[in-house]
Amino acid sequence: MKVHKHEAIIVGAGGAGLMAALYASKAGADVAVVSKLYPTRSHTGAAQGGIGAALGNLDEDKPIYHTYDTVKGGDYLTDQAAAKILAENAVDAVIELEHMGLPFDRTSEKRISQRRFGGHTRNFGEELVRRACHAADRTGHMILQTLYQQCIKNEVHFFDEFQVVDMIVVDGAVAGVIAIELGTGEFHIFHGKASFFASGGWGRCWSVTSNAHALTGDGAAIALRRGAPLEDMEFFQFHPTGIYRMGILITEGVRGEGGVLINSVGERFMERYAPSAKDLASRDVVSRAIYLETREGRSIKNRGYMHLDIRPQTVNRYFAEEGRDRGDFIDDATIERKLPDILDFCRTYLGVDPVKEPMPVQPTAHYAMGGIPTNVDAEVVIDAAGTVMPGLYAAGETACVSVHGANRLGTNSLVDLVVFGRRGGMRMAEFVKEADWKALPSDPEGEIRAEFERIRNSTGKSRPGELRAKMQETMMENIGVFRTQETMQKGINDLAELRERFYTDIQIDDKTRVFNTDLMEAWELGALLDLADVTARTAIERKESRGAHSREDFKERDDENWLAHSLISHDGALADPSYTVSFDKPVDLSLWEEEIARGLPEDKQKFRPKARVY
Amino acid sequence: MDVTFRIRRQNPEVAGKEKPYWQDFVLSDVDPTDRVLEMLHRIKWEQDGSLSLRRSCAHGVCGSDAMRINGVNRLACKMLVQDVGERVQIEPILGLPVIKDLIVDMEPFFDHYKRVMPFFVNDNPAPEDGRERLQTQEDRELFDDSTKCILCACCTTSCPSFWANGHYVGPAAIVGAHRFIFDTRDQAGQERLDVLSEPDGVWRCRTIFNCTPACPRDIEVTRAIGEVKLAIRKGKTSGIIRPNEVQ
Repeated sequence: MKVHKHEAIIVGAGGAGLMAALYASKAGADVAVVSKLYPTRSHTGAAQGGIGAALGNLDEDKPIYHTYDTVKGGDYLTDQAAAKILAENAVDAVIELEHMGLPFDRTSEKRISQRRFGGHTRNFGEELVRRACHAADRTGHMILQTLYQQCIKNEVHFFDEFQVVDMIVVDGAVAGVIAIELGTGEFHIFHGKASFFASGGWGRCWSVTSNAHALTGDGAAIALRRGAPLEDMEFFQFHPTGIYRMGILITEGVRGEGGVLINSVGERFMERYAPSAKDLASRDVVSRAIYLETREGRSIKNRGYMHLDIRPQTVNRYFAEEGRDRGDFIDDATIERKLPDILDFCRTYLGVDPVKEPMPVQPTAHYAMGGIPTNVDAEVVIDAAGTVMPGLYAAGETACVSVHGANRLGTNSLVDLVVFGRRGGMRMAEFVKEADWKALPSDPEGEIRAEFERIRNSTGKSRPGELRAKMQETMMENIGVFRTQETMQKGINDLAELRERFYTDIQIDDKTRVFNTDLMEAWELGALLDLADVTARTAIERKESRGAHSREDFKERDDENWLAHSLISHDGALADPSYTVSFDKPVDLSLWEEEIARGLPEDKQKFRPKARVY
Repeated sequence: MDVTFRIRRQNPEVAGKEKPYWQDFVLSDVDPTDRVLEMLHRIKWEQDGSLSLRRSCAHGVCGSDAMRINGVNRLACKMLVQDVGERVQIEPILGLPVIKDLIVDMEPFFDHYKRVMPFFVNDNPAPEDGRERLQTQEDRELFDDSTKCILCACCTTSCPSFWANGHYVGPAAIVGAHRFIFDTRDQAGQERLDVLSEPDGVWRCRTIFNCTPACPRDIEVTRAIGEVKLAIRKGKTSGIIRPNEVQ
C-alpha cells in the first residue's frame, strides 16, 4: 500500500480544483491534485459562452444587479449572502484570470468583451445586459488551459489518472482519500490534513446529457456514503438547447448573439412565455416551454425538438422589429468569428450549417444545482445549523453553496468555480497551518477494496452497460423536466430494481489490473445509482414547483411551506441504504431582510421572493 | 447497416495477448451518423468489456480519444460512421508506448509540452486601476488559432520526425509555445524561442504537413511552426503574423 502525505489533497482538476490548488499552494500549503483525468480533459473545458462579471465594459453594470439576477434565476432558493459574494468576487476573479493570461475577446477600447446571456439584466430586471466575458465560444477551455498552465508554472504536484474512490473519516473529521492508480490498478492512500472535492457533476444519470462520460458524481457519492448529507438534489438543470438526440451543448451565447427558437409553425414561441426576455429567459423557463410546445403538437416533425435559428436574415429581421441599432446587425462573418465551435459541432454531427439552416435542439441534462453542502469558504457543512465537517472542502458543480438555488443562470457555473475554488483554496491553506495530522485508522482501504473485489469477481448475468442505460432512461422519462408523484414513484421503483441487480447480479469481462476501465465504469455506475436515487427521493418529497423542479401535481411555488433547502443523508449501507430527508435548512434571505430593516416598502424590496416574470 | 471494426489490441497482463494482435467486431443496426466513439462503446458495453480506451467529453473538446482510424489520426468522437465506411481499422496513435489496447503512455507528450514554458509570463505590476491589461482585438487574433489546442496529441503522433526521434518536442508543444510567443501581453517570448532553437526544437520539423490535417480543431499547425521558425530567424516576434493574413 502506497501512502502519500500532503497537507491538502484536491480531488479533481477542473476549474474549481485548479483554482483551489493555485491559491492554496500560493499561500504556502503543500498541495496534491488527484484526478481521474489529465487536467485538460476536465469538463470545465466544455463550457462555451462566457463567465459573468459586472465589469461594465459595454453596458452600465453593478455586482448588485448580478446578485439580483442570480437570486431571481434561482427562484429565490438561492442563499442571498452567498450570491452577493459570488457577484462581487466575480469581478476580481475575472480580472485575475486576465492577469494570468486568459485570452478574452476584446472591445474596441481593448477591454474584455462581454455578451448577453439568459437572465442577466441591468437595474433589477430592466433590460438584458452584456455581462458574459467571453473568449469566442470556448471560454471554459480557455479558463481550464490558463489555470492548468499557471499550475505548471507554480509547480503544483499532480497525480493524473488516479481515481478517488473513498474518503477516510476519523472521529468525524476527514483524514484523506483513497484512490486507484488507473495505470496499475493499485490502491493509494492520500493522507491529508484537508481534502477538497472538486469532482464535478453527475449528468450521466440521464440519457440525453451535455455531460462528459466522466461525469459520474464520484465525489458527491463518496461524501454521501461517508456521512455528509447532500443538499437540494431535486434541482437538476435541463439546458434548453442540446443537439437533438445527442445532447451536445449549444451555448446560450447563440441566443445571446440574437439566435431565436422557432417551433414547427414558424413561430418565435418564447414571445408568449417570456414577453420581455423572450429567448433569453432563464433555462428552466425555456426548457419547459419547449416541452409544452411539443405537447401541443408544435415540435419540428412532431419529434420533440425545436429549431434554433442564428441565420443573419432571421436574427436581423427580429432585431429590426425590436428597433435595435443597425450596428448590432450580424452577418455570416460575425457568426463564424463568435461561434466557431458551435458551427463545427453542427457541421460535424448533423451535417447542418447554422449559417444557412437552423439547428435542431432539445433540452439536455446539464447541471446539478445541488451537491455537497458548503459555506461560502467551501467548508463542507453537515446539518441545517451549518456545522463544519473538519478537514472537508468542496467547490464547483459537486458542491452546493447555494448560489444557484433552484435554477442556475448561464455563466454562473464558471463564476462559481473560480470564486469558491479560490476562497476554498485560501481557507484550506489557513486550516492546514493550524490543524494537526489525524492518525490513519488501520486498514483504511479494506472496505473499498472489498467492494472492488466484489465487482471484479461477480458472476451474475447483468452487464453494467445495460443497467446504466436503463437508469438513464428511467431518469429521463420520470425525473426530467416535468414530474408527478406517479412518475417519480415509478423512477424510485425502477432504481430499486436496478440497484438490486447491481449488487447481486452483475458481471464484468475484464479481470486484469492495468487500466481496467470495465471495472471503473462498473464502480461509477454504483455512484450514479446513489445520486439518481437521492435525486428522485428528494424530488418526490418537495411538493411544489420551483426552478428546475417542476411538478404537474403541484404547479405553483409555495414559499409558505417549501422555501427551504433539502438535505438528504444515507446510512452508509451500499446495497440497501436507508435515507433521511429533511427540509429544515433555511434559505438565507439576508438581503431582503436588510431591505425590510431599512424600512423599504414592499414594492421597493428587490430581494423579496416574488413570482418570476421574464 | 453492419459495420466491421478491426481493432489493434494488446494486454500486458493476459498470456498470449502481450503482443499486439488484431480483433474483428461486427456491429449491426449502425446508423451512418453514429459517432465512432459510440460504436467503440457498443463493442465495450455489449460484446467485450475488456476493450480499453480513453474518452470523456464525446464531442471533440477534451482531447482524450485520439486514435488512428483507417490510418489517420482522429478523435473517435468527431468521426461519424459515414466518414469511415463499413470496414474500419482502429489502432493506437503512433510514437508513444502502448499500455493496453488503444491506451498509450501520454507522459512523454505532456513532458514535451511542459518544456516550452506553456504559461503566461508578465512580471510588470498589474494596471493601477485594478482592471484588465489592454489588448486590441487585432492583437488578440494573432494567436487565436493556437489557443484552440486541446493537447490530444493527434498532430505530434502523426509526425514522422517525432516517430524517428521521440526527443523532438513535436508540433503540439510548438503550438503551445506559439500561443504565448505571439501574445502581445507576454514577456517570455525570447526564452521560449531559445528553448525551441535547441536541437530538439522547431528545426526537427521538416514541413511534412501531416500535423495540419490531423488536427481535430483545424489549427494550421504547420503554419504556426513556420511562424515560430521565422521569429527565431528574425530575432523578434512582431511583424511575423500580419493581421490581414489571419483568417
